[in-house]
Amino acid sequence: MGDKATGTLDEGAVGAGSSPPTAFLEVRDLRIHFPTDDGLVRSVDGLSFALERGRTLGIVGESGSGKSVTSLGILGLHNRRNAKVSGEIWLDGQELVGAQPDRVRRLRGRHMAMIFQDPLSAMHPFYTVGNQIIEAYRVHNDVSKKVARKHAIDMLGRVGIPKPDSRVDDYPHQFSGGMRQRAMIAMALSCDPELLIADEPTTALDVTVQAQILDLLRDLQEEFNSAIIMITHDLGVVAEMADDVLVMYAGRCVEQATVDEAFHRPLHPYTWGLLGSMPRLDRERSERLMPIKGSPPSLINVPVGCAFSPRCAYAGLNDGRSESERPELVELEPGHRAACHLPLEQRREIWESEIRSKL
Amino acid sequence: MSTSQTGAGSDPVEGAAVPAGSVVEAAAAPAVSTKKATRPDRSGEPLLQVENLGKHFPVTAGLLRRQVAAVKAVDGVSFSVHKGETLGLVGESGCGKTTTGRMIMRLLDSSFGRITFEGQDITKLSQQKMRPLRRDLQMIFQDPYSSLNPRQTVGSIVGAPFRLQKLQTESGVKKAVQDLLELVGLNPEHYNRYPHEFSGGQRQRIGIARTLALKPRLIVADEPVSALDVSIQAQVVNLLEDLQDELDLTYVVIAHDLSVVRHISDRIAVMYLGKIVEISDGHDLYAAPMHPYTNALLSAVPIPDPAGRRGRERIRLQGDVPSPLDPPPACRFHTRCWKAQDICKRIEPPLVELAPGHQTACHFPENAPAGATELVARAAAEQEASAPVAASGGRRHVGKHR
Repeated sequence: MGDKATGTLDEGAVGAGSSPPTAFLEVRDLRIHFPTDDGLVRSVDGLSFALERGRTLGIVGESGSGKSVTSLGILGLHNRRNAKVSGEIWLDGQELVGAQPDRVRRLRGRHMAMIFQDPLSAMHPFYTVGNQIIEAYRVHNDVSKKVARKHAIDMLGRVGIPKPDSRVDDYPHQFSGGMRQRAMIAMALSCDPELLIADEPTTALDVTVQAQILDLLRDLQEEFNSAIIMITHDLGVVAEMADDVLVMYAGRCVEQATVDEAFHRPLHPYTWGLLGSMPRLDRERSERLMPIKGSPPSLINVPVGCAFSPRCAYAGLNDGRSESERPELVELEPGHRAACHLPLEQRREIWESEIRSKL
Repeated sequence: MSTSQTGAGSDPVEGAAVPAGSVVEAAAAPAVSTKKATRPDRSGEPLLQVENLGKHFPVTAGLLRRQVAAVKAVDGVSFSVHKGETLGLVGESGCGKTTTGRMIMRLLDSSFGRITFEGQDITKLSQQKMRPLRRDLQMIFQDPYSSLNPRQTVGSIVGAPFRLQKLQTESGVKKAVQDLLELVGLNPEHYNRYPHEFSGGQRQRIGIARTLALKPRLIVADEPVSALDVSIQAQVVNLLEDLQDELDLTYVVIAHDLSVVRHISDRIAVMYLGKIVEISDGHDLYAAPMHPYTNALLSAVPIPDPAGRRGRERIRLQGDVPSPLDPPPACRFHTRCWKAQDICKRIEPPLVELAPGHQTACHFPENAPAGATELVARAAAEQEASAPVAASGGRRHVGKHR
């Protein structure tokens, strides 16, 4: 941005060239690349999506598909010296990619917050849980320590920590895993953010605790009407939480749909593969799982053409287009986008006849 | 090791090589799996028998390191595993499933109880006497990053069991290792590569190849797939099943993922705070769980079907698992159980067989046949009668352990 960013936050919208969107959060053609000695790592390569308040977007993908890099990108947490970020991120009418770091910092915590996967490493071991929440709250609110402390106790109570007025002075190591995750949620929610990004919030937790945390997130979303981005590799969590699903592979979106469409009428072979890889409790026990062959590609040498083609069982049906031409993400039905060369009819047929029955 | 050993030593090579070829053939003609077509024979003597096994870790304090308390990680578990069978051990973190696995492997000494492997009591065998048995007992570790030595080549890692058991000449080992790599779906030409050159799934395969090197009779797999991506998880699960069919392996699979455990196990034991609360045939356990804890666990698993999320009845446990340092008396689940009554706080429910092959430890089991409550009450009374002896026996062992 050319002009010196001073004054109100609204100015952020001015310098960015294209028109502000209508959606609460809109990401347009986001690219996050890391130059390394081995080559350019294209962690996120042209990602676009939109999210409204009160809705939950589930981002699914394997490790290295760019899920977490995307979330850190939205929060502006990448070091600009070793990450090349381009594209546009619009949050409530303000553009973030081109904004001054200082401006983004004022948004962070107040308008958008993040819940990290591992609460033990995301919290500072040397400060009490209460102090960490108080600090975050006082950065954005001009209140006395006493008021902030009361707020911290309120928050801890709200996320279901027993005896919050005494636990507020505990250190993170004195909390159990589930309680630490609750404390981190309390910290993230302390300024009532409109956008909450949860990066694998329950992966480190046991199933019973996971269920508690998911319930908590659902309740809090209803209360605050926040938009949630839920990053996970667990399709079960997505099915329980999300309204929309975005499937990422090798830094790009391969399929995006409502949660019902994504689970009942998926249109991308990778999504089929993910569904087939999972043993399921809600079905008769299957004899064998249907894994995806091979392993995810290196983000330095993403396969030419469709990145998924080396692992795709149907790549041969396209006269070699899968290996030469990258499929565009096209809207096949209202709200359902997928990037695949296979003709839509053929994909529907394969899903109905070959995949669905085996899940 | 000298080359003159070839005569005696060549057997394991062939042993490893023969299944290698046959699995490759099986892989070439996939889809048809004979898995579970023949159910493991459970009538004969079990391969592994665990009786009232426990591990209490002492907590010491003060200059003299006097023992002030004990973490009751495992507190009297009993089960048996038959040849060709897969037993799944599930439970939340801290329930003692890994400790149980390590005690079976004799990587940890038990505080009390008995482990019988092929009719031989191995509970107190010395390191030296254990060594020949290590051929038959092998382990697959959870983390494929820390369980492989980064300074050793794959050949050296997978060949280590041969060297330790002094089985092979060098050229024979190389051939055997390459066959093993092929068996687990790796390229044998990667013999000289280092672990960092492989992905997580491939590393787990290297670990599995090492485990299989000596053709073990029992494999304890501690969270074999939990560190892997979903698509890779499925590959490794399928591989474990294929290898079981091909090599007639017996598994004890420790995992926290209930869907994975259901997929690979014949029988499943559910653990809570160092005790087995329910043990049953895999199908029965998921179709008709009896213990409230099992019910709660199953209902907490997110189901990958958005249609089901509204209608499903959920049981939500409150709070966390109590500390094993000071577990609740009697039934350990009573602090979080919605069915708990006075008796649950006074009398520990014994593990009772309420349906064929389906044991559970609860005063008020669900999905139980008529008369189950009386059955439990009678067993509890019997246990009470003989309890004081058993209880003091247990404590004495704790005191002895350093």
